[in-house]
Amino acid sequence: MSDLSYRLEGAPIADVCNASPSDFVQLLKPRVMSLVVLSALAGMLLAPGHLNPVIGFASLLAIAVGAGAAGALNMWYDADIDAIMIRTRGRPIPSGRISRDVALGFGLLLAGFSVLTLGLVANWLAASLLAFTIFFYIVVYSMWLKRATPQNIVIGGAAGALPPIVAYAAATGSVSLASIVLFAIIFMWTPPHFWALALIKSGDYARAGIPMMPNVKGAHHTRLEILIYSVLLAPLGLLPFALGFASILYGVLAGVLGALFVALAARVYRQRQGEAAETAAKQLFAFSILYLFLLLALIVAEHGLGLASLAAQ
Amino acid sequence: MSAIVDQEPLGRRVVLSPAQQKSRRARNIAIGLALGLFALLFYIVTIVKLGPGVLNRPL
Repeated sequence: MSDLSYRLEGAPIADVCNASPSDFVQLLKPRVMSLVVLSALAGMLLAPGHLNPVIGFASLLAIAVGAGAAGALNMWYDADIDAIMIRTRGRPIPSGRISRDVALGFGLLLAGFSVLTLGLVANWLAASLLAFTIFFYIVVYSMWLKRATPQNIVIGGAAGALPPIVAYAAATGSVSLASIVLFAIIFMWTPPHFWALALIKSGDYARAGIPMMPNVKGAHHTRLEILIYSVLLAPLGLLPFALGFASILYGVLAGVLGALFVALAARVYRQRQGEAAETAAKQLFAFSILYLFLLLALIVAEHGLGLASLAAQ
Repeated sequence: MSAIVDQEPLGRRVVLSPAQQKSRRARNIAIGLALGLFALLFYIVTIVKLGPGVLNRPL
């Protein structure tokens, strides 16, 4: 607590929270939430049959809040390393605006309510999958893998890839190939996305003692792995078209974007020194966000905005 | 916490600064809105799940 003016002489030290509502919104990692909502919406719209829009909206809201709860719990657990890293030291806990205990309570409350809400609004398979996603992100990724192995974001990436499966399950009560394909795309996208960032921020991660790939295996090896994952991702991105649940327009876009992804990854692999290397990694990181956003947005547009007939062609 | 603080002699009470009062008020409003929207969401979902038949009953 930076502001201690509430304390009069001799008075007990009161744990007064100074946080504004926007600080609590920051705990939810809103930018991550927005990608979760988009991927969940894509998974939901791929579901066959009609879903009542109110049920769909409430389910999406529950998934978004569940993702936010995972973000808050992640910030609670990682407060020590967030305070060390330049990228994260402005977050509500390390900057002193919210205490760890408050963040823990907030995260647990939202996690419980989001799972219960999804179970009551949609079905308990979806709720179980959402609970598993939160558990996987916090316990498997944050508590275990993140500080233990350079494969942390490879395995942990499953948590970020699950929302389309949760949303599809909310709409249908089952899991299908379509939702698994979206899972696979996001899962394969995660390593090159995060390793591009890790190349830029390797000093930050080293100070915090996080065994990211560049800090453990070296930058050269990371560049090779980025290229390998990018080459695997590009054809995976085409699967929605190949399997018939996206149009030729999607197929063309996924092909072009996939080729660009590989080209940028190849440049990261070639440019290994100085400013050119950093620029290449930054461009790949920025493009990777655009890549996933455009693919998911096109699926949403085709299935949600009446362009689904294109998918049948 | 407040109950304990309220029993303290006047000079020992915890007095919030204007900034703290402002942030507490903002948090209270946010919690109120969130709870209100949560209740509204459950009401609407309940009506949707019950279907149009919910209105088809003798008065």
